Amino acid sequence: MSLRGRAAIVGIGEVPTKRVHEGRTMVGLCAEAAELAIKDSGLRKEDINGLVTDGVTPPPGLAEYIGIQPNFATGVTMQGASGATATMVATAAINGGICHTALVVMGNARTDRPDPGRGLSGASIRSEWEEPYGMAPGANTGYGLIYQRHMHEYGTTEEQLAKMAADQRFNAQKNENAVFHGQPASKEDILNSRYINEPIKLLESVMPCDGAAALIITTPERAKTLKNKPAYILGTGLKQGEANIWQRDRITETPAVESVRRALEMSGYSPGDIEFAEFYDCYTILAAVCIEDAGLVEKGEIGPFYESTDTTYKGTFPINTDGGQLSGGQPGLAGGFRHVIEGARQVMGKAGPRQVPNSDLCLVNG
Amino acid sequence: MASAYDKPLPVPSNPTLTKPFWEATRKEELLLPRCNTCSALFFYPREVCPKCPSMDLGWQKASGLGKVYSYTKVKQAAHPSFQSADGHIYAIIQLNEGMKIPSNIVGIDADDVKIDMDVVAVFEKVTDEVTLVKFKPI
Ligand SMILES: [Zn+2]
Repeated sequence: MSLRGRAAIVGIGEVPTKRVHEGRTMVGLCAEAAELAIKDSGLRKEDINGLVTDGVTPPPGLAEYIGIQPNFATGVTMQGASGATATMVATAAINGGICHTALVVMGNARTDRPDPGRGLSGASIRSEWEEPYGMAPGANTGYGLIYQRHMHEYGTTEEQLAKMAADQRFNAQKNENAVFHGQPASKEDILNSRYINEPIKLLESVMPCDGAAALIITTPERAKTLKNKPAYILGTGLKQGEANIWQRDRITETPAVESVRRALEMSGYSPGDIEFAEFYDCYTILAAVCIEDAGLVEKGEIGPFYESTDTTYKGTFPINTDGGQLSGGQPGLAGGFRHVIEGARQVMGKAGPRQVPNSDLCLVNG
Repeated sequence: MASAYDKPLPVPSNPTLTKPFWEATRKEELLLPRCNTCSALFFYPREVCPKCPSMDLGWQKASGLGKVYSYTKVKQAAHPSFQSADGHIYAIIQLNEGMKIPSNIVGIDADDVKIDMDVVAVFEKVTDEVTLVKFKPI
């Protein structure tokens, strides 16, 4: 059995991403995004009988807060991949007959949850083997290592990856929900931003933010009765790699090689059929290696690809059409989830001023 | 007298498990966890072999030789004791035995560090209890 076309996204909701949402809580922002998504779908709250969160906001408390009592509820704790995985889990739960219509929602309020990005961790692999050697905050160290190695193996340049960040910043100027809306930045601006850890520059890494996003997903039969053009899930794939980047055999290759292959196989499409893409971009280099591993460009050719390709929403191959996380901001795990939301938004034809010309087939890497 | 060491010391999640490793570094030896059932060498130390289900684990002395697999010059450090304008090199060393280990490269100007550079383990006593493993070019 395959899940191809067996579920469709029929409603989306997004609370604008801001540095801080004063006076708001994580559960409150999630509730707001949920209400927006339910309203967008045209369904009633009583029609929702599934709930999937990122686990940071536990489903029982959120269900009570928004006044639903679903028959399926779970928290998916898959770090940055939580949003895409939660969508996969909801699709599977719908097709396992456990629920028929699910709300997938996640969000972040940094004042509500102290930012774990700086300082030291508790006793862990990291505290014993990495921190004594002077790590950079958050995940910066590992991505600096990937970046340096990619430059060594393939001759990738900082200027080539700066073009990625610049294209995304351009897209964010048409997205009022993006934290860098109204703040254009050129490739030179990206290149001239300070190093946080070489070769990563400040504008090639995400800014921790507040915000929330939600979607409603249901059966194809129910989707046909609703007002929005549905965004069908045609394929889905997951591959769990090593959690610590330095544990990988090759750090310039990601599990997207297999997760994307599985998703495409299910869908019946090949990389050449994809019209636009939304790719997880905590750093330019991560989106870069995943785009390669997805087969959208040859391995090692991401630099020349960005040099020669307009990836803005108006371009020949649009990528991260809402600005991605680099220009949209990263509201916790909702940052990765927003790639799913934007992919669905474009397919549903709801992207307004940044609607891409061909928007039937999107590849999302969460 | 030198000022007290102010950088983060290793904080083990399982001190019993990794005690032999840190005792060995004080004797200027680099040990690798080894599975007595399937002979796998691996790093970091675990309670169960990552290759087979065995818990019959021991230690084997490493050659101390390896190559710089990758590095990054940290200019914004997680811990203030590591903060400096010039930054410092944080590296992953691929040991000749195959596995990778995070460390620093010493005995070389930061701008001269290169990927695939041959390195050897050196031992840096930072406190009476703790000796860290670092690497220097051969
Ligand atoms: Zn074994």
